[in-house]
Amino acid sequence: MTAIQLLKKSPASARVGMIIIVFNLLVMMLAPVIAPYPETEVVGDVWVNSSAENLLGTDQLGRDMLTRLVYGARNTITIALFITLISFTVGATCGFLAATLKGWTDQVISRMVDIIMAFPTLIFALMVLSVLGTSIPVLIVVIAILDSTRVYRLARAVAMDIEVMDFIEVARLRGEKLWWIMRREILPNAMPPLIAEFGLRFCFVFLFISALSFLGLGIQPPTADWGSMVRENAGAITFGILTPLYPAAAIAVLTIGVNLVVDWFLHQSSQLRSH
Amino acid sequence: MKTNTSIILRRLGLGVVTLLVISILIFVGVEALPGDLAEAVLGQSATPETVEAFRKELKLDLPPHVRYFSWLGSFLRGDFGTSLANGRPIADLIGWRFSNTLFLAGITALISIPFAVGLGILAALYRNTLFDRSISIGTLSAISFPEFFVAYILIAIFSVQLTMFPSMSNIGPQMTLLQKIHAVALPCLTLTLVVMAHMMRMTRAAIINVLTSPFIEMARLKGLSWRRVILHHAFPNALSPIINVVVLNLAYLVVGVVVVEVVFVYPGLGQLLVDSVAKRDIPVVQASGLIFAFTYVFLNLTADILSTLSNPRLRNPK
Amino acid sequence: MKHLLEINNLVIEARTGENWKPVIKGVDLVLDRGEVLGLIGESGAGKSTLGLAAMAYTRTGCRIASGSILYGDRDLTKLSKREQRKLRGAKIAYVAQSAAASFNPAHKLIHQFAELPVQHGVMSYAEAEKKAIDLYRRLHLPDPERIGYRYPHQVSGGQLQRAMVAMAMAGDPDIIIFDEPTTALDVTTQIEVLAAIKEVIQAQQTAAIYITHDLAVVAQLADRIMVLRYGDLVEEGEARELLENPQKEYTRDLISIRSLREDKDVLARKTDAILEIKGVSAAYLPGAPVVRDIDLTITPKKTVAVVGESGSGKTTLARVVTGLLPPYEGRIVFDGQELSADLKNRDLEVLRRMQMVYQMPDVALNPRQKIRRIIGRPLEFYFGMTGKAQEERILELLDMVELPARYISRYPSELSGGEKQRICIARALAANPDLIICDEVTSALDQLVAEGILELLQELQNELGVSYLFITHDLATVKAIADEIVVMLKGRIVEQGVKREILKPPHHEYTELLLSSVPEMDPDWLDNLLEERQESTLH
Repeated sequence: MTAIQLLKKSPASARVGMIIIVFNLLVMMLAPVIAPYPETEVVGDVWVNSSAENLLGTDQLGRDMLTRLVYGARNTITIALFITLISFTVGATCGFLAATLKGWTDQVISRMVDIIMAFPTLIFALMVLSVLGTSIPVLIVVIAILDSTRVYRLARAVAMDIEVMDFIEVARLRGEKLWWIMRREILPNAMPPLIAEFGLRFCFVFLFISALSFLGLGIQPPTADWGSMVRENAGAITFGILTPLYPAAAIAVLTIGVNLVVDWFLHQSSQLRSH
Repeated sequence: MKTNTSIILRRLGLGVVTLLVISILIFVGVEALPGDLAEAVLGQSATPETVEAFRKELKLDLPPHVRYFSWLGSFLRGDFGTSLANGRPIADLIGWRFSNTLFLAGITALISIPFAVGLGILAALYRNTLFDRSISIGTLSAISFPEFFVAYILIAIFSVQLTMFPSMSNIGPQMTLLQKIHAVALPCLTLTLVVMAHMMRMTRAAIINVLTSPFIEMARLKGLSWRRVILHHAFPNALSPIINVVVLNLAYLVVGVVVVEVVFVYPGLGQLLVDSVAKRDIPVVQASGLIFAFTYVFLNLTADILSTLSNPRLRNPK
Repeated sequence: MKHLLEINNLVIEARTGENWKPVIKGVDLVLDRGEVLGLIGESGAGKSTLGLAAMAYTRTGCRIASGSILYGDRDLTKLSKREQRKLRGAKIAYVAQSAAASFNPAHKLIHQFAELPVQHGVMSYAEAEKKAIDLYRRLHLPDPERIGYRYPHQVSGGQLQRAMVAMAMAGDPDIIIFDEPTTALDVTTQIEVLAAIKEVIQAQQTAAIYITHDLAVVAQLADRIMVLRYGDLVEEGEARELLENPQKEYTRDLISIRSLREDKDVLARKTDAILEIKGVSAAYLPGAPVVRDIDLTITPKKTVAVVGESGSGKTTLARVVTGLLPPYEGRIVFDGQELSADLKNRDLEVLRRMQMVYQMPDVALNPRQKIRRIIGRPLEFYFGMTGKAQEERILELLDMVELPARYISRYPSELSGGEKQRICIARALAANPDLIICDEVTSALDQLVAEGILELLQELQNELGVSYLFITHDLATVKAIADEIVVMLKGRIVEQGVKREILKPPHHEYTELLLSSVPEMDPDWLDNLLEERQESTLH
């Protein structure tokens, strides 16, 4: 089935999800074009209601909320994507290696991962950040490492299932090298669950950065970032001003969008398998 | 054939090892601090004398392994050292906050577990009906919401609009249980919504997995009533995965509590941890982090052991 | 006379995506009191679906579209769910293929037995318990007083299957549906279960529908046989009549006994052996050998069949030869050159000359590669053959395994089981091997397809002079293809030699048991065999 046919048969929920994702990606890429004002410019009073000049009002420093949201999309999504990519490369490579080599390689990596996973992620991150301080590179490395353990578990399990199949033994008996077996025999078969996991991991990373930023320990001001924006504007809620809900809703909507697509994708690939 | 006891002992041993490794990691993490803890805390401008005195106080002049064991030893005796920020004993800071955190998590668990498991089972039994689909969409949205989003929506509704519950959950020892429950209503509701979504999804999946086994088809071909098929045949086999789901989500709850405590300015351990990270009050971070980690590891361990005990194949070895 | 069960023009549909497709296409079936009806067919014939329909039950994704199922004077399709449920188990009972999966792991066997009559309200628990012990005894289960108080996973496969037959009889049903109850068992266990089933249903005068793919099995039990294919009835008749005088081509094909191949000269000299296994012992865990003291020689252009039941170590032997499991003792000599025990230290030339074909073609082919790549890779890897030369050679290989050239750009999932196995053979041939190890290559295939594969292997040997090490549990296959036979039991060789010698008495005791346990088409075979065995134990 071609991609277009698949899209045509996709349910409404998945289409909504795809529209959300595409919209966010467009905003992310075109941020400077779309945004009405520069990222950190103060344009008016504090927490002004929405008007023609400021469609979503202003934030706690009088900056345009829409502008902040648009730049927030750019900053938060870029970092989250970057982290997910790193954690995938590291996690999947280690997982495949452990599954194909087995023996002590598997033991060493798996035990290390067990220990990191025995530790609650947020607490781990908080402790590391308390020691190393909060900066974007530290944030990226810490979250990528934490996240790669989850990817490792999945990649290893999937690769283990594939590894016991006879076509892998055929390749081994033929004399193929390890790299070839991993890349040509295992990877193509591991793609569907890994793609779905990519979506889920992205959601997790994205929510995680937002949570850290919300706690004041993630992306630091004046960089626009959805999590921090919720934190900075939190005080408004007690006055009945809904400003902090905009960035929070933006986070929720994107996560739902990705989840909807992943759900459909998982359903689709499980159907393909049963045929 | 491994017996039950040996599996459980093994798992317990693994838990202890994990905790030890975690404590070493926490300790080494602080050791690996660039520069020196003393300088880091006191700043560049500190005189060599003050730095030296500070080092003495923290016993930074002793070799690392000695310090590790004395740190671990006093930790196990309940002596967590003193806070860098205000010089008070950490045990005093942590004690009542930890019990507050457990109070919040406990009430949430009491509400969410029966609801989540019940609804999860119903969703599995009425698979692909409108009821199941709406639950599925609902839970999918709920797990996509950051905790603080749920929290602020609840504040906007129940605190600002309806003024039913306070937006700040301050509780103290002089309050009655009812007052305390009133105070934690919103954080509790927030956590319940978030945890329930996970728990329901996992319960549903576990039940569906059991319902597709051949022995369920056999039970139906024996002409048994639907009730009996579910209660007598599906349930005993679903018990193990469900227990697992419940306890794993309790572990999740312990961690999820951090963000919610910050939103509602609730005097719990999570709030203390976040404040201390911001202030770089490392001994407090170490102590509260270790307590969170212990709770988490303990709950995971319980999940494993309970699900081993409730697995019929393992309960009756060959 | 009124029939006990009468199915008229039954159509059952299965959902594929949005559409419903018929899987049973208007079948009629009648069953009289005390009669055993055999339903026979290959996979996809719809025999299980039809069997379950006799209980008015359809699996998820299937529905009864039209037709009637009359039990006595009631149409089961028109009954309420509640009334249908009351009949299931009590009047019409079911015996599933896999007892291990169909017993609830959480409850003791006897409780699962008693549940049926107690829940249907025909017996008290104490009565049911007594009945269970009585049935366990009559089904020749060991220790009938106590075996019921065990959990399913504490009992062996053959015993579990008999316990399930007992459970089906708990409510004294009028009809029992047997759905391939012996397919998952070893031949020697199969006999015990078959004999027990036959004895009990004859004594009880229970009517039965016996579903199987194996004509020889059904011949022992059935009074009447229906042959199904693709959801249609092919032929129906009295068992003896149908076996002796089949009317339809398809039935004749199913019945035709595989012809014995004439023996060629096997007096080859030791020196031109292609593979010699000398005193090999191997273990997965130290101290627990899985194969012991194996001596075996394969000469060029010959087929050596290693036969044994599950757990005999025959597949382990293949792993030792290929180097996947280095033996802790003994030597492997390939074409006069001693092989390194470990796969990693063998050179490419040795790997090329020794190829393997597996039991499950589904998992032996990478589902994400096209046939072009699957067959092309060994050509490129061993001979550096690419481009047009490779393409031509692939087409040539496809032709050798009798597949059309257009398959070159297909994925394995677009091929049938037998075609996939042919692709596996083509891939092995691409390396120009001297020896092909065939591990149960026909076990996962339908009978007729399997026969095609065996014929193909034979032709290829005649043409190309390749040798086979043929591993199987199926003696019929051995009889069809082997030059020499090696019989294995519990990791040791109990008997080996030229086929004619092995198949001719006197046999080793175990070989005798194996040979005599293979069901034959003769409807009296089981009775005669049991009588013989009875006598020999008496003497």
